[in-house]
Amino acid sequence: MNKIWLVIKREYLTRVRNRTFILSTILLPLVFIGFIFASAYLSIKSVEKQKIAVSDENGIFKNSFQSDKVITYEFPSDVNSNNFTAKGYTAYLSIPKDYQSKRDSVALISNKQLGIEAEEKVKDQINNAIRNKAFLENNIDKKVLDSINDIDEESLYKFSPVIKQGDKTAESNSGLSYAIGYGSGILIYLTLFIYGAAVMRGVMEEKMNRIAEVIISSVKPFQLMLGKILGIAAVGLTQLLIWLVLIVGLSTLASAFISHDTIMQAQNLNTSMNAGGNSAAMKFLIAKNTFVGGANWSLIIPCFLFYFLGGYLFYASLFAAVGSVVNEDPQEAQSLMLPITMPIILSFIIMSTAVGKPDAPISVWGSIIPLSSPIVMMARIPSGNVPAWQILVSMLSLVVGFILTTMLAAKIYRTGILLYGKKVTFKEMGKWLFRKS
Amino acid sequence: MNILELQNLKKYYATQKAVDDISFAIPESTIFGLLGPNGAGKTTLLRMITGIFYPDSGNIIFEGKKFDPANDISRIGYMPEERGLYKKMKIGEQALYLAMLKGLSRHDAMRKIKEWFVKFEMESWWNKKVDDLSKGMSQKLQFVTTVLHEPRLLILDEPFSGLDPVNSNLIKDEIYKLAKMGTTIIFSTHRMEQVEEICDKIILVNKGKKILDGSVKQVKQDCKENIFKVGFNILPEPFENNVFEIVKTNNNYLTVKIHEGYNPAAVLKEFLDHQASIISFNEILPSLNDIFIKKVEDTKLARQFENV
Repeated sequence: MNKIWLVIKREYLTRVRNRTFILSTILLPLVFIGFIFASAYLSIKSVEKQKIAVSDENGIFKNSFQSDKVITYEFPSDVNSNNFTAKGYTAYLSIPKDYQSKRDSVALISNKQLGIEAEEKVKDQINNAIRNKAFLENNIDKKVLDSINDIDEESLYKFSPVIKQGDKTAESNSGLSYAIGYGSGILIYLTLFIYGAAVMRGVMEEKMNRIAEVIISSVKPFQLMLGKILGIAAVGLTQLLIWLVLIVGLSTLASAFISHDTIMQAQNLNTSMNAGGNSAAMKFLIAKNTFVGGANWSLIIPCFLFYFLGGYLFYASLFAAVGSVVNEDPQEAQSLMLPITMPIILSFIIMSTAVGKPDAPISVWGSIIPLSSPIVMMARIPSGNVPAWQILVSMLSLVVGFILTTMLAAKIYRTGILLYGKKVTFKEMGKWLFRKS
Repeated sequence: MNILELQNLKKYYATQKAVDDISFAIPESTIFGLLGPNGAGKTTLLRMITGIFYPDSGNIIFEGKKFDPANDISRIGYMPEERGLYKKMKIGEQALYLAMLKGLSRHDAMRKIKEWFVKFEMESWWNKKVDDLSKGMSQKLQFVTTVLHEPRLLILDEPFSGLDPVNSNLIKDEIYKLAKMGTTIIFSTHRMEQVEEICDKIILVNKGKKILDGSVKQVKQDCKENIFKVGFNILPEPFENNVFEIVKTNNNYLTVKIHEGYNPAAVLKEFLDHQASIISFNEILPSLNDIFIKKVEDTKLARQFENV
């Protein structure tokens, strides 16, 4: 036990003291935030203003089409599909005189794709025009029609889905639980790879530096393997903790800079909606309140830690086994890793289904089978309606799973770590599994 | 007393009998040579002695009791042939780590590391990394980390590979000193001149079996081929005889092999009868190198894959 402790300490300290640890711990969230901002910025920036020439043979669209910030519609008479670019239009919309069936094609002609969003907008405009025309034809007053069209439905009510299970009711926030589920799924997926690969590289380093046999003459191979796995787990937890402190610290700091009045206003949010003054700060506080209040954090955080650790322990020993059989050739590691990376990638795919449909059979099974449960279960839990027994079974099978993989991997590791200059096949590894000591 | 006794040790792999019924005993504070060509089973044997492998059958008796790896490895020091150190770790910390893995307390480990670092003039290395060391320097460090915990049994597999003569001698002197202080040393190599110089006892293994066992002197006696070197003032004219044949002729001496049934005196008598001016007469014992080559060639050199 004492020896495992020494190994854990070494693995932990050499990694935490390393400059790359400090850099990656600080840089990764920055890169993450930067990425979010950059993609948001780009999606705003990349919207090009478009001027579409419409050939309206019926004359009914002219009154109905409404230009917006992005797309401007014009109805020139001298533009056709051959000269619209020369006249300064990005596209040419040709609506035939008769449009009674699917065969009558409304053509939107452009040099390059306008994008799905723009195409949808144009379609909406056409559909609206057709509907408006129908209303007018049925003697609906133009004024009445306009006033109906001007209703902003969103401002008239607040939509609040509520989940009722027995006596308990909870406000459901699908968007938030989707985001949390997706976020934690991705985080576990990434950490499985990052820390799993760290274990593998550590084992390969020991084998290639030829220190494995030196150490193994002092400690059992299993102790060395377990020490490494636990040491790196501690590194992972440290990194998570630092991130958590950073997030909580930064948002508290940000709140502290927002004036007291605004905070008071935010607290009275439900009674009065007219948020004056510092609107950016208001938005931040609203976001923070929904984020903190909108999810069951007392369940999500412990579960996240459990699945983070459990998933890591399940896969880390397998990565260690692969590292132990690799010789000098890194290419070999790639092909040997395939059976481990496949289920992780598959879990990711199941996870993207599970965030949207937390109760679909594939999501339920995926969240119970330990190969995929660490990633998939975290996508389901934020939805708030995973039965307790499923979480329990999933956790139990994950614990049994990682004990099993660790035991099996140790058998491969023990032989592989001392084997030099020999390419090991999966068949041979299979034999090692069933060999007595 | 024997510090280590192996009794009918066997270890079979899927396609090879790596160690096939080997028994021998090593008396306390001897320097013991374990010889054999590549792939003879030396490494497997050593891995069983160091508790890395379990034998398929047979017993290992360490200090008079059945070998218990969990407790006994702290009294064994092993420098494997495939050896190395953590490249990115500071040298002082690395030595400390390895010593503590052997069960030393932090305090004892520090004290001993400092002693050895002074002895080998390595004090300035403490905060350096292994990456910064030359191959010879890291071999010295490796030796120090192997003996730090003052093992009762020290196992060195090819300890001088990669060392220049000066550093070789430095380590050789330390090996002698350790042996004098009561450490038993198993020395595995195929460099025969080193064995001849250092070892008290040897065994020779090939293809998983022991083919020679004894003190260096005894082995040489056992394998001698009755060859003598006779020195002359002036070489005598060749003559016919039944007693010996001339193996080699030099400027002023002859190397002769005595035929079976005759003794050295008969050779001298023959030469004297022919009025030869003898000035010296020595027996030539075979070198270990010759014995090694001869014994190994007797058995087929390359291991064949076989079904066990």
